[in-house]
Amino acid sequence: MAFNIYDFTPLTKSIHDALAASLNPTATLAIEWLIVGVAYLLFVALFGLFLVYAERKVCAAFQQRLGPMRVGPWGLLQTIADFIKLLMKELITPKRADVFLYNLAPFIVIIASFMAISVVPFAPGLAAFDFDIGVFFVTAVSSISVIGVLLAGWSSNNKYSLIGAMRSGAQIVSYELSVGLALITMIIFAGTMQISGIIEGQRDLWFIFRGHVPAVIAFIVFIIAGTAETNRGPFDLAEAESELTAGFHTEYSGIKFAFFFLAEYINMFIVAAMATVVFLGGWMPLHFGQFEAFNGVMDFIPGLVWFFLKVFAVIFLMMWFKWTFPRLRVDHILNLEWKYLLPINLMNIILMTLVVLFGLHF
Amino acid sequence: MAEYKEILLTSDEIKTDDYLVNMGPQHPSTHGVLRLLVQLEGEKVLNVQPHIGYIHSGIEKMTESLSYIQIPHLTDRMDYLAAHMNNEAVSLCVEKGLQVEVPERAKYIRTIFDELQRIASHQLWWCAFGMDMGALTTFFYGLRDREDILDIFEETCGARLTLNYSVPGGVMFDIHPNFQRDVKAFIKKFRKKLPEYERLLTGNVIFQERTKGVGILTKEEAIAYGVTGPSARASGFSCDIRKKQPYSAYPYIKFNEIMGTDGDTFTRYHLRILEMFESMNIIEQLIDNIPEGDYAVKMKGVTKLPEGEYYQRVETGRGEFGVYIISDGKKNPYRMKFRSPGFSNLFAINNIAKGWKIADLVAIMGTFDLVIPDIDR
Repeated sequence: MAFNIYDFTPLTKSIHDALAASLNPTATLAIEWLIVGVAYLLFVALFGLFLVYAERKVCAAFQQRLGPMRVGPWGLLQTIADFIKLLMKELITPKRADVFLYNLAPFIVIIASFMAISVVPFAPGLAAFDFDIGVFFVTAVSSISVIGVLLAGWSSNNKYSLIGAMRSGAQIVSYELSVGLALITMIIFAGTMQISGIIEGQRDLWFIFRGHVPAVIAFIVFIIAGTAETNRGPFDLAEAESELTAGFHTEYSGIKFAFFFLAEYINMFIVAAMATVVFLGGWMPLHFGQFEAFNGVMDFIPGLVWFFLKVFAVIFLMMWFKWTFPRLRVDHILNLEWKYLLPINLMNIILMTLVVLFGLHF
Repeated sequence: MAEYKEILLTSDEIKTDDYLVNMGPQHPSTHGVLRLLVQLEGEKVLNVQPHIGYIHSGIEKMTESLSYIQIPHLTDRMDYLAAHMNNEAVSLCVEKGLQVEVPERAKYIRTIFDELQRIASHQLWWCAFGMDMGALTTFFYGLRDREDILDIFEETCGARLTLNYSVPGGVMFDIHPNFQRDVKAFIKKFRKKLPEYERLLTGNVIFQERTKGVGILTKEEAIAYGVTGPSARASGFSCDIRKKQPYSAYPYIKFNEIMGTDGDTFTRYHLRILEMFESMNIIEQLIDNIPEGDYAVKMKGVTKLPEGEYYQRVETGRGEFGVYIISDGKKNPYRMKFRSPGFSNLFAINNIAKGWKIADLVAIMGTFDLVIPDIDR
């Protein structure tokens, strides 16, 4: 097996050839799906664990304290201990809750996250699917999680959950518009919705630098709208602990709560991954057009490492927001979207179109 | 379910789109065991009915079986963020009754402790308020500096929160030799830190959107409900007892009474931050000039107050804390009543929260700075 850290295509190709040589096509496909599925499950589980730990450490750093330190060296095993605890908890279903919907809600949320992760390109050749509508697919599929949130609030038979779910539903549906439009701005610039095409287009310089003004505006709007999409940071009305206990997932315990919790962090990863792909070059190292020596040095670091570094930078930014800003009230959230972000987005699209038409970019 | 029927609003037919939500007694935002029955229409608050009494300890009744020297030790627990001011109020009232003159040194020490405790109380208020607003980091920043003050208290009084320091006649022990040095060091440090903390919230657009113009308390309402303290001064009602009826060492110093005009949440918030600056000024005026002398007048263990009624008020972080003693010449008071600032402040909330949203209700409650044991006694 040719294991090249810089390009995973030979590796995946050799696995495919090995399987196809000994099995019929259907079985090959089935086994490949199985391998990819398990790999993603493992990645989501481990990355979720890591993100929760990172959040606690980053939060502690902002608050001038240390965070988890006792469970394992530097508290590394803390999240594992937390998840084991969650797994062992009793699953209490509230009386007169709608049992089928109550059980279905966490699954819908986590399935939406999984589907969105499937197109994320970790490294050259290491993306499960490469549709020609890649970016659009992510937006479409992450909208499914709204249903899960609303079902959770409704079926819990709890006033607090209902209030939280309705707030959250309104918020997510509104900000999807901004996310979509910010992505469309960059699709106009890139000329293609296919993720590998977008990344290729950033070989000379990342889009955020190439598309100067409209790209930076789109980036800012995307980060704000993306944070609101995931119910994080200053937009966490839905789970405002100091107001309505825990919002739409108040009545969930044990593994179901773990699903919501995990889904929030994976959604954060997806937003960061999309921001990285569309603005910061995905796995493409930082190249500056004609400077061959500089490009050579940048190429030395594998694409996989570049990708994760960029994603961590964006995630750190999102965590920074959460631990600094106070919470917005629900009508401020909707105001922000419909009166400010949407008009800015629309004007930005026009600006970007002009920039592309007249070639006013690098 | 009689109580629920009582608070449904005036129309004859039963409104079917309002619902009642119970905030508390265990709730992260009510800062203690307070139960709020909130009638909501969607997000809008229609009516707020507080139910108190969850932490009623019968302190006023207990005082009827204690001697006057024992009572101040009990009052720490009422408004625990103004423990020393509670002690001082009772001590001053008893001294008024017995016509005892406290030595100058004791007066200065009492006032310095008052102001230090005011800073500590406002810091705790600020950190909890930020946390209610969602800026979770403020909690840690506020508590960190409060630790310095609590260490100073611990050196001299032996306790961090329930200071148990003022007694009729003066204070219980002399100040620790390191006291002046530590207080000066703290003020120097805090003067630099407080503007940083203020910058975190005051200029923030999100915070301003949530607090400016929200929950306006007019001056007439403040006077009508008996709201005192920073909450009332923000509405333009000048009620600082340190200025109106100065006690202890307040007549000897110059300071400003911080007033506001708008009466909204932001003004109440900003006023307390400015009060912290003012408190630091007051301490600086006093800390170098503590006169030598006794720290207390010797009092008999069992004192009898002459027959009559005595009232003494002090300015705590929440407002006017008053002690009313009715004595019939015996060694225990006939009746001792505490006028708690939280009680009057709390019941003004119903009026000003009508029409705002749940998130605003949390903001308004935060700026009134309620300490529930003070309300329930």
